[in-house]
Amino acid sequence: MIVSIEKCHHCGACVGSCPKNAIFLNDLVLVFSDECNRCGRCVKLCPVGAITMEAKK
Amino acid sequence: MRKIEKDIVVVGAGPAGSMTAKHAAKKGARVLMIEKRQEIGSPVRCAEGISKHWVEEVGITVNNKWVAREVRGAKIKSPSGHTFLVDEKNAGNEVGWVVDRVLFDKALAADAARAGTEIMVKTSATSLIWENGKIAGVRAQTYGEPIEIRAKCVVGADGYESQVGRWAGIDTSLKADDIDTCYQYRLTGIDYDPDYCEFTLGSAAPGGYVWIFPKDEDTANVGIGVQLSKVKHPADPKMYLDKFIAKRPGLKKGQPLEAVAGAVSICAPLDSVSMDNLVLVGDAARMIDPITGGGISIGCIAGMCAGKVLAKGVKANDLSMNTLQEYETMWRDRLENKQWRNWMAKEKLTTLSDETLDKIVHTFSQYGVEKLSVQDLLAVIKRHHPELVKEFEELI
Repeated sequence: MIVSIEKCHHCGACVGSCPKNAIFLNDLVLVFSDECNRCGRCVKLCPVGAITMEAKK
Repeated sequence: MRKIEKDIVVVGAGPAGSMTAKHAAKKGARVLMIEKRQEIGSPVRCAEGISKHWVEEVGITVNNKWVAREVRGAKIKSPSGHTFLVDEKNAGNEVGWVVDRVLFDKALAADAARAGTEIMVKTSATSLIWENGKIAGVRAQTYGEPIEIRAKCVVGADGYESQVGRWAGIDTSLKADDIDTCYQYRLTGIDYDPDYCEFTLGSAAPGGYVWIFPKDEDTANVGIGVQLSKVKHPADPKMYLDKFIAKRPGLKKGQPLEAVAGAVSICAPLDSVSMDNLVLVGDAARMIDPITGGGISIGCIAGMCAGKVLAKGVKANDLSMNTLQEYETMWRDRLENKQWRNWMAKEKLTTLSDETLDKIVHTFSQYGVEKLSVQDLLAVIKRHHPELVKEFEELI
């Protein structure tokens, strides 16, 4: 997952909505853990569109 | 590693946390409340509207420092512009204030401190301490230093993104239908009616609404909530809000002082918000009115219930479910029914077309409503548009 620090408001909306509890807000930086299964909920949830999914390798 | 020992540790210094801390400390419990931010109440993630009727009950003294604006009522707007005016006559105590959360949260934390609560800012919980299969406190970082806070009971008041509940294994997961994704500007230099909170329903905010909550004569919180299941593209909430503002000349000329993002749960009451040596309160316990998205009043009431029960448990030296069951009973007696009812109403409301919403709001504005409750509102629709109410029948 790619987070745009220019767009991110550090609001924590994605943290509380992640079904796998795979997102953490460390100070002002969003971190995704290995638990992330790329379900894409956070991409839609982010009110400002700060999260995108990189293409699968 | 530094160790601190207390009766109760409260994680999160929002309204629900402070209220729990205050009521527990008042009755003699040794309480520590930790807040991960450097400032209680900031940054604000809230539209800041509250009703008045519960404030006295939980022991909050009203102070003009945190009341930004007193409103006369609410305007509910349908997609095509019908307006249903809700005023003190039919909304009674539901009508209220727009507050300043930066100051409101501090006032509540100060009340907790006066009752004997110790507070640590810049301190975030990192995990639960388990001992012999029982919760025995939290590990935390304070100014970067790892510490252990040992307590007989942990209170998870850590908001929408709550970790405490998840660490404990309480299921707080949400369906996409039960999440609103939100965006808000504080706009200044606007032309609008600063005496009413305004709510616009329909496709301007799919599955949610657009709000205008007055802060002063020419400044308001203008925001939107969109149901996650109705989001089609990333950044939809901001896009819908910008579109709404662009269409209203009075708002369009405004300038933003602040932009706020966030999410709110709009789910049915959880099955359980407590276990041996741990309780959840407020947003962390998903205690939010599913119709309005408001959670301050419910969080404070639940916090008061929790605080009182925790104090009893400390005295009896028993913070197992033997004691904590009373918290479940108390908050459910007081709040559960309404959350259920409003969740069911939300499930229906979010399926209605713009045309139907127009009809409903028009009906209210024409015939008026005696009392502002889901039942009374439905009774009015039933009288004038029986065909619309079929799906809602079970709520009447």
